[in-house]
This record gives sequence, C-alpha cells and structure tokens, in this order.
Amino acid sequence: MYITGKRSWFLIISEVIILIGIIALLVFGLTPGVEFSSGSILTVSFDEEVEQSELEQAMVELGYTNTIIQRTGGGDFIIRTQELSGEEKTGLEDALSARFGTLTEREFYSVSPMVAAETTNNAIIAVGVAAVGILLYITWAFRRMPKPFHYGICAIIALVHDVVVVLGIFAIFGAIMNWEINLMFITGVLAVIGYSINNTVVVFDRIRENLKRGISTKFEVVVNNSLVETLSRSLNTSFTTMLVVLALLLFVGSTILNFAIVLLIGIIAGTYSSLFIAPNLLVVWDRREWGRLILLPQAKEV
Amino acid sequence: MTRGNTVVLLILLAIFAFAVCTLVFPLFDREELRLGLDLQGGIHIVYEADLSEVEPDYRANALEGAKEILNNRVNPLGVTEPLIQIQGSDRILVELPGTSISDKDKERLGRVDILEFAELAAADEEAKWENELGRWKPATGVIDGEEIELTSRYFKTTTYLDRDNLGRLLLAFDWDEVGAQLSEQITGRLIGQQLAIFDGDYALLDDEGIPIAPFVKNVIGDQGGVITGLSYNEADRLSKQLNFGRLPVPLTILYDQTVSPTLGEDFIDMSLKAGIIGIILVMLFMMIYYRLPGVIASLALIFYGALVLAIFKLIPVTLTLAGIGGFILSIGMAVDANVLIFERMKEEFATGRTLGAAIDAGFSRAWTAIRDSNVTTFIVCAILLWLGGSIVESAPVQGFALTLFIGVAVSMFTAIVVTRTLLKLFVGTRLARKTALFSAHQEKQ
Repeated sequence: MYITGKRSWFLIISEVIILIGIIALLVFGLTPGVEFSSGSILTVSFDEEVEQSELEQAMVELGYTNTIIQRTGGGDFIIRTQELSGEEKTGLEDALSARFGTLTEREFYSVSPMVAAETTNNAIIAVGVAAVGILLYITWAFRRMPKPFHYGICAIIALVHDVVVVLGIFAIFGAIMNWEINLMFITGVLAVIGYSINNTVVVFDRIRENLKRGISTKFEVVVNNSLVETLSRSLNTSFTTMLVVLALLLFVGSTILNFAIVLLIGIIAGTYSSLFIAPNLLVVWDRREWGRLILLPQAKEV
Repeated sequence: MTRGNTVVLLILLAIFAFAVCTLVFPLFDREELRLGLDLQGGIHIVYEADLSEVEPDYRANALEGAKEILNNRVNPLGVTEPLIQIQGSDRILVELPGTSISDKDKERLGRVDILEFAELAAADEEAKWENELGRWKPATGVIDGEEIELTSRYFKTTTYLDRDNLGRLLLAFDWDEVGAQLSEQITGRLIGQQLAIFDGDYALLDDEGIPIAPFVKNVIGDQGGVITGLSYNEADRLSKQLNFGRLPVPLTILYDQTVSPTLGEDFIDMSLKAGIIGIILVMLFMMIYYRLPGVIASLALIFYGALVLAIFKLIPVTLTLAGIGGFILSIGMAVDANVLIFERMKEEFATGRTLGAAIDAGFSRAWTAIRDSNVTTFIVCAILLWLGGSIVESAPVQGFALTLFIGVAVSMFTAIVVTRTLLKLFVGTRLARKTALFSAHQEKQ
C-alpha cells in the first residue's frame, strides 16, 4: 500500500468535506439547546396514547408557538419551549392533562439566559484550551524529532477537521431534524478530540520510531511504512470503540443521544484524519509542496 | 512460568477478589454505587441572590443568611440528605435527591415572603392574581405616607397550630408593629369583603383545594389572626417555614432540573444493557481477531470492569448518565492498549521470535504509543474537570471526565500488567509454539 503517494487525493477529499461543513454551518447555523440559548425542557408521559401531531397542535393552541416536540423510544414526549416559571409549567401540565388525560412529569429542565451565556463561553474556552494543551504536549513528546512543531500543528489540523465534520453534520441535521447542540454535545466533541489525537499519536509514534531506526532516507517512505504498519491497529481500535458507541446509541437513547451521535461521527472522521490527513500533511509540509493542497501537479521525484 | 510472574499473578488475583468483594458486599458502609440526581431522580436548583441592595461588606453574611433560611425551609419537606451550598459570590445550589416535591413547595423555597394578602381588584385596576374567585391585587396600607403591601414578613416568628371550639385546625399568627397597623387599616376598609391569601403565584388552598379567602368580620389589629381550613400537613409545614423568617435577599432561579425517580431507573436499566452488550461485542471481536491473546484481553476486560466499578464505589464517584457514558466509552478504549501490544507481538512473531521474546518486545515497543496517546486523553479529561466546575450544570461534564479518566488510567494498568502476566503463563508450554493461536504467521528462518 502506498498511501502517502496519493496524498493529494486524500487531502482534497477532506478539503471538500470541510468546505461542505463550513457552508452548512454558514447557511444553516447550529441549533442551540437550552443550555446555550436558555429555555425549558419538559419531558412527560401520558397514560393514554397521544399522537405527536395532536400534542404539537395543543401546544400551539395554548400559545406556545416556538416549541419543538420529540418522541423518545420509551414513548415519552420531550417538549422544548421558552423558559417556564413554576406556575407556567403547572398551568401547561394542567391544560395538557385536561386534554389528553393523566400526565406524568418525567423530567423538567430550565436554564436562564445568564447561565446559557456563561455555559457557551466556557464551552468555547474548553475546546480552545484542549487544543492548546494537546499542541504543547505533542510538540514536547516529539521534541527530539526534527521540526517537532510540525507534528503538533498537523495533529491540531486533523483535530479541527474532525470538529468541523461533526459541526457541519449537526448543522445539516439541525436544519432537517432539529438536532441540537447541548452540553452533552460539547462533552462528546471533547471526547472526540481526545480520541482522534490518540489515533494520530499512535501513527506519529511509529514515524518517530522508524525515523530513529532509519528505515529509509525518504521521509515520505518512512511515513508511509509507519502508516501501513499501524493501519490494522487503528482500524481495530476504532472498531471496538464504535461497537460500544453503537450499544450506547441503541440502548440509552434520548438523553445522551447527541453524545453518542457525536462520538459515532467523530470516531469515523477521527480515524480518517489520523490515518490520511495528519501524516500526509506532515509529508506535504516537509516537502513544502503546497500546490498539492489544490491538486497542482508536482515535480516527480528522481 | 517464572517466580516473579507467579507473585504478580497472585497479587492480581487478590486485587480482583478485593474488587469483586467490594462490589458484592456492603464494604465500608457503602451499600450501593452513588447515583447522581439524573439517575436516582431529584431536584437541582441554582439560585442567584440579588445582592445589589446590600452593602458590599455584608453581602457574604446576607448570602449565608439566605442559605440558612433555605436550609430551614427544606427541612420540613422531609427530604433525605438535602445539599444546600453557596457557589461563588452570589449563588446558592439546592439539591434534593430522590424526592418529588410539588412545584408549589419548590417555588416557595426561594421566595422572600411566603404569604401575601390580597383584596379584589376593581375592573379598571391591574390584578396580580386571577382565580375562580376573581381578580386580586395586593392588599396595602399606608404608613408615613408610604404604601406598603401586607405580607407574612410582618408575622412574628411565633406562629403555631391550634384548634378552635369546633375542633377545626388553625394556623395562628401575631403581627409585629408594622403588620398590626397595616392589618388594622386593611381589615377596617374591607369589612364584609374577602381577604385572600396567596402563596407566591398560587392561591393558598384549603384541604379541599378551594382558595382560602375569608370574609372580614371585624377589624384585626395587634391581637393577631388565624388562618383556617388548611390540611394538617400544610399548616404544620407552613408554620415551621414561617417561623424561620423571610429571606434576607431576593433569589431568582438560574437553573432548574427535576428528574422523576422512575426516569432514573429507566436510564440505569438501559445503560446497564448498553454496557453489557458493549463488553460482549468487544470481547467477541477480540477473541475472533486475536484468538488466544484476545481471550486473555477479554479476561483483562472483565478484570477492568470489576476494578473500575469497585473504584467508583470506594472513592465514591457520583455516577451520572454522562458518567456511565464515559465508562462505557472507556470499555471500547480499554482494549486499545491491548490491540497496540498484540499488533506489535504479531510483528515480532513474524520475525521469528519465541513467544516470551515477542511478548517482551511487543510490550516495550508499544509503551511509548500507549503513554503518549493516553496522556492526550488525560489532558482533555483534566480540562473538562477544571472548566466543568465553573459552569452551572457541572454534573454531567465532570461526571463524564472523571469516569473516563479513571477508566483510561485503569485500562493502562490492566492492559499492561494483567494481559502480560496472563500471556506469560503460556511461555514455555506447548501452546506457545502453536502460532495459529496467536493469529501470527511465523516465517521460517
């Protein structure tokens, strides 16, 4: 397998995906959950069978126009609406049970605008600090290599790729299916960051080892061999993690649904980026062939 | 089998036995894993105190006072292990695990004055409350030219329960000086009309659910008054809460999460299923792909699961849904170190090494990758733990970070020590020469 030889193509594929992601983000934006936009989430179950459309209709008639209703696997309804005071909530529950029969409140969740703003700030800081921390550590871990900074930056670019893919998909599905950005989403993104870096480091570690052993004078070949040698390990680890994430997705549902979806997308994107972006970018940078990033033909090696 | 290996094996067995005992028997008075509010159900409220009217030097005292009052108002609700804590310079956290208290009781906790008195509003007047009896506005009197609303802040903190001649329950109260003056003015003005009592946004209801709004029969001054019709529980609770006085500062709800205990049970069931299915799938994959080492990695995974849960119980870690998510994720990642090592072992086998040499080389070569890749996960966990603490809904983020951190740390131990020790049992046995068991193809040298 000669993966680094196809580096232009691997990088172009990612660039296209990132571009689509960014366009989706600009066009649709993200749908913030209550943690970031303030509001209330009321989860209820009814003793009798209630159709989602009936409930939506009832909410509109009760004057709650800006409401999103989701049905969980267990038959509960998650009603997301403006911030409700205790009395408003009781009023809403009474009105709904008058219409649909006995109602049980399963969960109630309410966030004020101030807390929402604070949470948004802290989430951004968390992602930023995580990126810087990882950059520093990788630069340190590869300090004996020539150009240790390259390793850190390439790892961070791979990481940005993963985050943009996740955000882009959430922007698209946010517009179609109301996928929201909540706190579990941010937690998931941070987990993906840690996970994706984990894979990248394993490949870089092999490059470090192979450089020391001097298996080839060509950096490109060293990178390629390291990649091929670690390929089955990277795929296997991603696969086992995916198995448990699928189990989470199928059995735990609603509340950590976002978290599981982020992990699923992130693991796929992360595996791709650690195998095909970070190492290929190292080669491109090493050879300063920036034209490859826009598919310009490069002078053949002699 | 070397002697050193036997010793390590015995120590590992002891650790495993200890972990299992911790999980099975109620050790150190800890009978169950500690569950977060989202799993056992309960209420989590963060209040913000409005300290703008308080002199800067007295703000800490005012907040402390508000915390005490909240504490006293919670006590009559009969909640086990409530947590009331000051957060930062102007916030108070209230956690009431496991209970379901009514919205009305919840709302009452953070209100400055518990009861307010009201009279009917005229058609052209603005009403503060509306119910089946009419539209109501606060009942006010005038003292020194200032219009003042009559509320329970003018009760002396000596309310008590009593019964009248007919055996009906009374909540008796005395007015303080200001209250007596206001009451005299108001009752004097409203003779023959109704005076309603509101509990925040709600009308105070009698034991049949009808709003309490007695007709004023005579002027009530400093002799104090009674409220009749309340159920015993309500009257008792109200009396206790009134006697602790008013909140020194107004509180507003910043964040409110209420989970019913049944929902929590569902979550536990579902995540238990997810965890077991996840472990089984990972073990199957490892055994099919890596054969004998895969079987050993599966044993190490069971060891891992028991040890992590035992640590959760001993620390103890409060398990939230997100925390369980972190634990389940760590199961998938726990075999990562094993995968790294086994892949290395296969390579070493391929160069014609014996099992013992392949194990040693595989482990030592894989070490730097395992170390560096896990350190990055630790960095992310540390950031989540640190920044997670500064956001109001910290429990899910910190819970996730903590369980993932413990999970990854323990997985390094199990992958390296447990797997290696078990694999070494095969060194020098006949099985060691059957390379197919290790899914490795040894090239003849």
